[in-house]
Amino acid sequence: MADMHAIRVTVNGLPYEATVESRLLLADFLRDHLGLVGTHLGCEHGVCGACTVILNGRTVRSCLVFAVQADGAQIMTVEGLARDSQFHPLQEAFRDKQGLQCGFCTPGMLMRAYEFLQENPNPTEEEIREAIAGNLCRCTGYQFIVEAIQDAAARMAVASR
Amino acid sequence: MATQAPARKWIGQSIPRVEDPRLLLGRGEYVTDLVLPGMVHAAILRSPLAHARIASIDASKARSLPGVLAVVTGREIKELTNPMPDFGPDPSKHTWWVLATDKVRYMGEPVAAVVATDRYIAEDACELIEVNYEPLPVVVDPVEAMKPGAPLVHEPLGTNVAYSRTFVFGDVERDFTEAEVVVRDHLRWHRSGAQPLETVGAVAQYNPATGMMTIYCNSVTFTFLLFLVANTLKIPSNKLNLIPCPAGGSFGSKFWAVRVPILAGMLAKLVGRPVKFVEDRIDNITTSDHHGSDRIYDVEMAAMRDGTLRSLRVKVVDDYGAYIQFGVGTHGNSLAQVVGPYKIKSVQYELYAVLTNKCQQGAYRGFGSEVTNWVVERMVDLVARELGMDPVEIRRKNFIQPHEFPYTIPTGNMYDSGNYPGVLEKALQLADYQGLREMQRRAREEGRYVGIGLISAQERSVFSSTEFWFWFDQPTGITSSPESVTLKMDPMGNITATLYSQAFWGQSPETMVAQVVAEEFDIDPSQVSVIYGGSAGGLPATGPGGSRFTIMVAGAIQGAARRIKEKMLKIASHKLEVAPEDLEFAEGKIRVRGTPERAMTLQEVAMLAYLFKLDLPPDIEESGLEADYTFDHPYTTMPAPDRKNLGVFYPFVGHACHIAAVEVDIETGQHTFLKYVAVHDAGTVVNPRSLNGQIIGGVAQGLGTAMYEQYVYSPDGQLLTGSYMDYLIPTAMEVPKVEIGHQETPSPFTPYGIKGAGEGGRMMTPAVVSAAIEDALAPFGVRVNEVPITPEKILRWIEEAQAPRP
Ligand code: FES
Ligand code: FES
Repeated sequence: MADMHAIRVTVNGLPYEATVESRLLLADFLRDHLGLVGTHLGCEHGVCGACTVILNGRTVRSCLVFAVQADGAQIMTVEGLARDSQFHPLQEAFRDKQGLQCGFCTPGMLMRAYEFLQENPNPTEEEIREAIAGNLCRCTGYQFIVEAIQDAAARMAVASR
Repeated sequence: MATQAPARKWIGQSIPRVEDPRLLLGRGEYVTDLVLPGMVHAAILRSPLAHARIASIDASKARSLPGVLAVVTGREIKELTNPMPDFGPDPSKHTWWVLATDKVRYMGEPVAAVVATDRYIAEDACELIEVNYEPLPVVVDPVEAMKPGAPLVHEPLGTNVAYSRTFVFGDVERDFTEAEVVVRDHLRWHRSGAQPLETVGAVAQYNPATGMMTIYCNSVTFTFLLFLVANTLKIPSNKLNLIPCPAGGSFGSKFWAVRVPILAGMLAKLVGRPVKFVEDRIDNITTSDHHGSDRIYDVEMAAMRDGTLRSLRVKVVDDYGAYIQFGVGTHGNSLAQVVGPYKIKSVQYELYAVLTNKCQQGAYRGFGSEVTNWVVERMVDLVARELGMDPVEIRRKNFIQPHEFPYTIPTGNMYDSGNYPGVLEKALQLADYQGLREMQRRAREEGRYVGIGLISAQERSVFSSTEFWFWFDQPTGITSSPESVTLKMDPMGNITATLYSQAFWGQSPETMVAQVVAEEFDIDPSQVSVIYGGSAGGLPATGPGGSRFTIMVAGAIQGAARRIKEKMLKIASHKLEVAPEDLEFAEGKIRVRGTPERAMTLQEVAMLAYLFKLDLPPDIEESGLEADYTFDHPYTTMPAPDRKNLGVFYPFVGHACHIAAVEVDIETGQHTFLKYVAVHDAGTVVNPRSLNGQIIGGVAQGLGTAMYEQYVYSPDGQLLTGSYMDYLIPTAMEVPKVEIGHQETPSPFTPYGIKGAGEGGRMMTPAVVSAAIEDALAPFGVRVNEVPITPEKILRWIEEAQAPRP
């Protein structure tokens, strides 16, 4: 097979090495090569945000990034959110507020919320709506997601005190 | 009739959803996450043209690409499969195959399938297939398609009108003759679709030695109709095991999306390896077989000067696309609640189901009744406008009253119960309707365009199968639509419930089952585990869709629980030497009424049932504590032979009142929500929080239909909104905050008095948004008679309204 590249990445704290085709999408690398199937593909053309992961501290759409572009990068996926089977406050808040229905947008939504709450730990409803406007959810109508993110912000503020 | 328990412990509680922890950890176990040893991948080649004869296909280059295991084209398809299951009128005249055989009938129709070692190679191979098309004239406008001489989508049919009929219910002639006011309008509901974020997918595995076909799939619910899928795959009906996978959304579009599992099954049998086929987004948009309704209406409504509504005359042309797999079942749905919540005495319904060069229709939240809600509410508003009445007053005047239930509407369907004035009052209060009108008055004085919409409409639930065939005179169709459950209490006293349909679409089947089982046995919901059984060893199930699941599964659970409880009572009665009638299930125990300290835990009884046969009373033949129960539709009757009465087929009828306030920017055509209120009556509520989630999600989808979403086809049949760049799904910025209220009028006919409630949001929102926009533009006299209401349309309507009339 033509055009193979060796890459090294760290995903959720674990190092990986692989040889991949240059056209392999990061999403497919994570799902099919590393078995991290929590990252979902909704559109594969960069609109829905289901495939959102954190790459070197910033969210990216893993359907728009090639695996080779992630060479050397630190990546976080939904699987990296809970620690020792303890939910992250975001996950707790999503559960309490029922911020999900089918769960397909949820990993991307959690990644975006994780990044956003680092930028803005105490957001208003309007700011949250704007922040997640790049992530489509077809089930919830967003309201409980917004409430969950607000709730998570409160929980995280308490935790960091 | 179900007896209503006075107090309930678990039904009515917003317990956290059982489904959520695994979804939050990224362990949803969707079908696309599944990997089987030796699994290979399929992709399809879609037609770029809307209508063309396939002159030749050369797949030799694709076949010789390294990694390709097989290429199948329409040439081979008749050897590999039988036609697709089709519930439409006379399928032999519009035969549907899993791949196009002789010609393509819409853009996106699959013409070939490739199996390769990975999906990338499969897609490469698709590009190497050379198809020689001879273009044919295209027909995309259903009105044109009805005309003689129009290009034919299916030649054997001899016309594009697959079905037409005029139904008359009640004395329409008299009601129109006596009417003092008749309003008329031409209404257009454009096609949109469910677009769940997860597409349809399947992994199929075939064992040539046993002949067993196992298909993991997220998109087929009717397990008792799977013999039809087996037939298409040319395998015996008892050699198909369909294993349901959780779906990342459906909204109806996965209730019977059989093309994908059939394709995967056919390919797995051909290559002898497990095959995964998951639609990509473009597949799902162009060829999901599940586009929504696409209707053109001419409607007349007859009324009296005092606002009394008398009759409705509907002529509707519905563009079904290139095939018509479910017949006109979506109009059965319409006829279930065609008079809305009003005492309209007669209805004429003239229907034309037309075929064109588009993707075929399937199911989308509402299944056609959401369109009717929009039409009825638009017409009621038109009568009110004609008479200078407030939208509240005309509705109040015409409501079926609480004491009139059960109420039979002219089509023969029955509404079980309701309190429409009560819902209206709650909504008016929650919205502060008077305050809104005051705010609107001030805004108008400031030159702002603020509008208030108010609608009151029905949410039918739990279809009976008769809905799908009563539009035929002959033959008579099926009358069953069961749902089943197996309950097992293990020796530790824990309970496992097995569901048999493809039950998880994003609603909360496991949460609901846990709550109902907990209620029945008076245990904690955490003691209940829910699993999904495959079809081969499974019981008949119809699945979600038509807002039926909660009622039907609750009924099945009650039946199975009764059997287990009877057995447990016998055992406990034997042990405690007390008559079974003197025992009760309470707080995780079986105890003696009035002497609660005399009790056995469920675990003690369960241990006896499994492990101590010699301790059991002699009339207990079998060890163990397991029961199956198949719950049939609790209230349905046959249509009359002349179809002047369609029987009872959708009787558990919820109701809602939505109120919206919007402001329109007349320079840009953009709108902003100032208020959105939704008050629903879904009978007894099982989990208020998750019901609210369904309502808000439905509002968001209804808003998409009302303002943004449309599958737009160009005159040559090209789908212009084939990606999420152009097919606009509302984001968090567009969906308003919804304020919700509830009224609970239990159904007298269902377990616990529950009514189905999964579709209500989408069944209300297009109507209320249309009314609000129209009210905002009232100073121009604009009439909103088309959805989606795009900014371009708003500007055009204003311009047309201002143009000097000749
Ligand atoms: S899958 Fe990447 S944005 Fe939709
Ligand atoms: S929860 Fe289903 S798409 Fe968001």
